[in-house]
Amino acid sequence: MDFPEDLKYSKEHEWVKVDGGTVIIGITAHAQDELGDVVYVEAPEVGSSVDASGTFGVVESVKAVSDLYAPVSGKVIEVNSRLEEEPELINTDPYNEAWIIKVEMTDSSELDALLTSEEYSSYVGAEGN
Amino acid sequence: MIEKKISPKRTHLFDKHVELGARIVPFSGFEMPVQYQGINSEHLSVRENVGIFDVSHMGEFIFEGPESTKLLNFLVTNDINKLPVGRVLYTLICKEDGSILDDAMAYRISELKYMLVVNASNIEKDFEWVTSHNNFDCKLNNISEEMCLIALQGPNSKIVLEKLIPDKMKFLNLEPFEILEFEIEKKLVLISRTGYTGEDGYEIYCGKELVNLIWDLLLEYGKTLNITPCGLGARDTLRTEMKYSLYGNEIDESINPYEAGLGWVVKLNNSEFIGYEKLSKIRSEGVCRKLIGFEMIDRGIPRKGNKIFSNGIQIGFVTSGTMSPSLNKAIGIGYVSKEHSLLDSEFEVDIRGNYRRGNVVRTPFYVKS
Repeated sequence: MDFPEDLKYSKEHEWVKVDGGTVIIGITAHAQDELGDVVYVEAPEVGSSVDASGTFGVVESVKAVSDLYAPVSGKVIEVNSRLEEEPELINTDPYNEAWIIKVEMTDSSELDALLTSEEYSSYVGAEGN
Repeated sequence: MIEKKISPKRTHLFDKHVELGARIVPFSGFEMPVQYQGINSEHLSVRENVGIFDVSHMGEFIFEGPESTKLLNFLVTNDINKLPVGRVLYTLICKEDGSILDDAMAYRISELKYMLVVNASNIEKDFEWVTSHNNFDCKLNNISEEMCLIALQGPNSKIVLEKLIPDKMKFLNLEPFEILEFEIEKKLVLISRTGYTGEDGYEIYCGKELVNLIWDLLLEYGKTLNITPCGLGARDTLRTEMKYSLYGNEIDESINPYEAGLGWVVKLNNSEFIGYEKLSKIRSEGVCRKLIGFEMIDRGIPRKGNKIFSNGIQIGFVTSGTMSPSLNKAIGIGYVSKEHSLLDSEFEVDIRGNYRRGNVVRTPFYVKS
């Protein structure tokens, strides 16, 4: 399974792409695989704030709802509106087309708590994750 | 007190599911495939083509003896006297207070022999119930463990199944709700033209010695048609689109048949069944709440347990909900107070703390064009 090396990962199966003081956030290939067919994504409003480890939305599959956890704190500056009409992009292209939100970080040191591609891969490989 | 750990059961097709890459989940004490390639595509395969399901976890009881008809008629709300040999009917088993113990399919295999097919989640409860009420000259047998069940569903299910049946003529003339028995390797197989998906289809009952062979043969016969193995996930979305009740969701021991829109299954002229008196009363008095189908107006997917409100007051609750794969709309089934059950009535569903509007629509949600 694919866990691009240029990204950082959270234990709640989100990926983070760092772009200066801004991050782009989505969910990993592992997460979408566990969920199955994604049929609905609920994202926060632009301008709202998110807190590291707090929930910022949900991803729903046919059978279940999963909370999305913010890997870092900050302000939501952009939301991927394509996911409203095409939630299935999360399954087909989790790392590119299906980014969920862009956040302006308030504390970039929070990135240090995230995992590398290798660490995330081991984490997923370990039972129960 | 040491709690006895009950390990989950597996059907006799378990290895096939693993081989096919199924995602296995616990369901009613069994480890069952919830999906193989994906719920949405499996669902659409059944609507457009043909899908195959392992539903061996369900329960089967045999009623046999001089008073088998009397016993069955005492236990179920439908009229067994009107069930000819070689046919199946859908029925409810109610308690004295009119609440629903289970829903079931009654097969009349011969004059005095019946097979009652019940929900996996209720096998023990139901067998207890039927046994304890057996004051008739009738033998009861719980054959759930030995009996396997494969469902073949979809417009192309007929073409696929035909290849398995020796007597083609008889099979091609089989009407919905009719039974056909035949042998494979001298072992008995029973099929009925029934299903839980809203599509044409068949349910195939056989012993554990035959089930793997039948599964393989059907996959082989259906190969050129792209027959799709389907799990419980698709089974659920298919039945939800038809507004078929699922025990534990739409019906349970807190619901009576009239609330659930299942009055047609209660034959009050058959006055011998448990719950008859109470149900006659309910029928004449009317019900306060009704089971309805609704579509979401606002974004959001309704889920079992979500509360339903109107003008700030709770008027009901959701029993099932999903994003309909065939309609691409969020749909739900639920109970609302009678006044709010009319077509087009609008209300709010509390989806995880947010009030989202929905309105009552005609069901089944999915209608074949």
